[in-house]
Amino acid sequence: MTQSDFLSLLPVLIIAAAPIILMIIISVVRNYEFVYSFSLFTLLSSFASIFYVYPLTPHAIPPLFIIDVYSLIFLGIIILSALFVTLLSHDYIRQMDVAREEYYIILFTSTLGASLLAMANHFILFFLGIELLSVSLYVLVAFQKSSGRSVEAAVKYLILASVSSAFLLFGMALMYFSYGTMEFNSLASHISKSSTSPALLYTGFGMMLTGIGFKLALVPFHMWTPDVYQGAPAPVTSYIATVSKGSVMAVLIRFFFNISGFGNDYFFYVISAIAILSMFTGNLLALRQGNIKRLLAYSSIANMGYLIIILLIGNKSGVQAAVFYLVSYFITTISAFGIISLLSTSKTEMEMISEYRGLFWKRPGLAIVFTLSLLSLAGIPLTAGFVAKFYLIFEGMKAGLMVLVISMIINSVIGLYYYLRVITSLFSDPADVKLPALSLTGNITLASLAAGILLLGVYPGWFINILVSLL
Amino acid sequence: MILIYLILILLAGAFLSWIAGTKNSVWPRIIALVAVSTDLAISLATLATNAGNTDRWISDIKLDWIPQFGISLHLAVDGLSLLMLLLSFFLGIVAVLISWKEINVRVGFFHFNLLLILAGIVGVFLALDLFLFYFFWELMLVPMYFLIGIWGHENRTAASYKFFLYTQAGGLLMFIAIIALFFIHGDITGNYTFDYMQLLGTSIPGPTAYLLMLGFLAAFLVKLPVVPLHNWLPDAHTEAPTAGSLILAALLLKTGAYGLLRFVIPLFPHASIAFAPIGMTLGVIGILYGAKLAFAQTDLKRLVAYTSVSHMGFVILGVFTFNELAYQGVVMQMIAHGISTGALFIIVGQLSERIHTRDLDRMGGLWNKVPVLGAMGLVFSMASLGLPGLANFIAEVLILAGTFSTKVLFAFLAGLGLIAATIYSLRIVQKVFFGRMDNDYDIHDLNVREKVVSALMVIVIAGLGIFPRPVFNTAEPALLKILNSQRTMLIDYPVTSNYNAPATVNLWDAEAMENNKKQI
Repeated sequence: MTQSDFLSLLPVLIIAAAPIILMIIISVVRNYEFVYSFSLFTLLSSFASIFYVYPLTPHAIPPLFIIDVYSLIFLGIIILSALFVTLLSHDYIRQMDVAREEYYIILFTSTLGASLLAMANHFILFFLGIELLSVSLYVLVAFQKSSGRSVEAAVKYLILASVSSAFLLFGMALMYFSYGTMEFNSLASHISKSSTSPALLYTGFGMMLTGIGFKLALVPFHMWTPDVYQGAPAPVTSYIATVSKGSVMAVLIRFFFNISGFGNDYFFYVISAIAILSMFTGNLLALRQGNIKRLLAYSSIANMGYLIIILLIGNKSGVQAAVFYLVSYFITTISAFGIISLLSTSKTEMEMISEYRGLFWKRPGLAIVFTLSLLSLAGIPLTAGFVAKFYLIFEGMKAGLMVLVISMIINSVIGLYYYLRVITSLFSDPADVKLPALSLTGNITLASLAAGILLLGVYPGWFINILVSLL
Repeated sequence: MILIYLILILLAGAFLSWIAGTKNSVWPRIIALVAVSTDLAISLATLATNAGNTDRWISDIKLDWIPQFGISLHLAVDGLSLLMLLLSFFLGIVAVLISWKEINVRVGFFHFNLLLILAGIVGVFLALDLFLFYFFWELMLVPMYFLIGIWGHENRTAASYKFFLYTQAGGLLMFIAIIALFFIHGDITGNYTFDYMQLLGTSIPGPTAYLLMLGFLAAFLVKLPVVPLHNWLPDAHTEAPTAGSLILAALLLKTGAYGLLRFVIPLFPHASIAFAPIGMTLGVIGILYGAKLAFAQTDLKRLVAYTSVSHMGFVILGVFTFNELAYQGVVMQMIAHGISTGALFIIVGQLSERIHTRDLDRMGGLWNKVPVLGAMGLVFSMASLGLPGLANFIAEVLILAGTFSTKVLFAFLAGLGLIAATIYSLRIVQKVFFGRMDNDYDIHDLNVREKVVSALMVIVIAGLGIFPRPVFNTAEPALLKILNSQRTMLIDYPVTSNYNAPATVNLWDAEAMENNKKQI
């Protein structure tokens, strides 16, 4: 590896170094606040280094890595999300009676896995990243080890994730068997030249889609989602909902574009079916949920269903729409889970909708942020979610995907019903629930997330400009 | 810039009254009153300084918003939207005044929502960019939902859901149609834009245009509402607090009618002619069915709500008649219905504030106890049944006259609606204020504030009934532009064989068409 190879990997290297340094520090002295501040600092410097790496793009480190603008954008999104999750974890994790400092170490290893996915150009790195991410998540989900539900969720996640990894691996093997390469960017030419029957390609891709679909919680691979969302500590749930899904989406888009999957009828129908099923299943199952974490789990299934439409759009502006959608979805989701995290203690998760009754009359600020993020999830104007959905519908209609667009519209109306249920309870007569005091950091973090939702909702032009000029 | 200020004043007022509401409950009301009055003054000044102005737009402003998608902040006002603005601000003031005693919890947040709804409505009346229009269209929903859901009556939650889901579903269909229109226009001209003025005159293939128009109609006919889609209205109106019912009936329904006039007719001239028989049928059904249901109610507020369905039937009937006479009637009906039905809702509110029931069977003989309130009830019931001398009469007669010139049958059936209106209106007066008094309510008549509000509304409804000319003069240029732009389209792109051209097209002889073209 040359010096410029190392330089272009700088953001990832910083994240990779952090857990090692932290482990050494913890073995000498345990100080929660220090570990927390160190993590923030490291994530910030890793984010800053992205701007340093940007002039070096595009840079490939064959055969594994590709560092282009696309990977840097996703890297930025992943690191920023991890940063916000860290900020919102602070109070929650501090109250735990377990080894609290290790939480941040594992957060770093999973972020490392996610970052690798954003740069992957090769099956090996793809698999390595996804496993690094998953294995760390097993631990994070079970972090509240005195809680039975947390452990149950972790075991469920462990077993299902392993099975899905096996599928993914088998799919990769089949692809390699038929085309003799594991690099994304040379797969395409091999596929077009190859004389082997497309059955192998279809089987291979189908199996990979099973593995990926599991990570993204697409129907019919979504069964784990509500249980894991509910069982995991709230900050970890927000991490699963954002970083984990975003990074897998990054690699899926790159892979799918490299093999030009959108031109293929077979892929078209499979992905359309998955998208439509995910939208309807997610939204319909969310209708009767009384548990807000499960509700958001189902809503995330529906949202991923909307998002994979862009695989069928298959052009640059589609990717821009996807990035915009992911960013707005991440801000929204992190702020929704952030409120749950800040109101929960490690002993009792504040997760029933009934417990949020009348929040507006007790904590108007919190309730407004919560309302904003729910409205954004529902896609109501003034919020980022509206522009994101508009962008997606816009690109979908441009590509002529009317069936998908119409089912997205129908689902927006269904989805509205359960978001409204939560909003209604926020504004009804107060429930008799004691709420913990909020830290200053928590307040500032939530306020900035809410500002982000509004900014992208009211004046999205500048951000779209950035995306258009970069991608 | 003045148009942006109109919206900004309301927004600023909204936030200020929310903040003030945390301290006490009088300041939010004053702030809201000042904000809406300022806007009323500004629009009255605009009206006064632009009398006789025949430009396309009295005032017009266009700024970039999201240029990547061809979306701009394009606001403009013509006679039609100016009249709607005046109505909105007038009733906005009334809404603040009538809530003075009725709303005493969470006052700041109430006025925040009230002003936000007004801002949305004003935006809808001003927007000339279709994306912006949709933006404001949705912006009205959330605060209205809160208004019903927080300050409403017993079944408020269900009613607020129903309201939100119906209107949102309709709105999203319109949104798809808007985006489709954007692409169709862009593919033809190479200029991808949401701007109304540029989208006008897009030649869309027949069946596609019809589909797109249905998308727009989905939003407007739900809002109006038209009979099979009216289900949300009685619940929302009945459960909302008085100010909410007032805004819903008097203003929100008007956005649907406005949308038909401003967007559906000029953007889809052929398709709207093809739809006209269906539209007029729906209108007549609405008139008769709404009146029948109104007559059958025992809840006074629900009764008034159903009269809206009936009165809005006249609007859709008039819109699809495509002549100036009927269009003047439609505009007048929008104003007259806004004031008369609004006033009826206020009377219901004042009654149930005093006797704590809306059940007609528990009322009767109240005239002796509350003569002033009774007189108001009589005046606005008469307005509702179309008594000559009041604005509703002019509106309905114009619509009927306009319809009669083209479709005699529809005019005849709609005319029956007037008889039905007489029956249900007289029933209100009879059941509430006359008849035998079974209950011994200890109640007081209207106080000064309530008298002022009622007097204002009587003055307006009677004034417009006797001197309707200013409304006609203000609306005329705008209505002629709408009709002319439709006719021009019909000449430039003659009806294709996809349609069986309805008789309405033959009304214009070649000479008149040429004249119209020259004017434009």
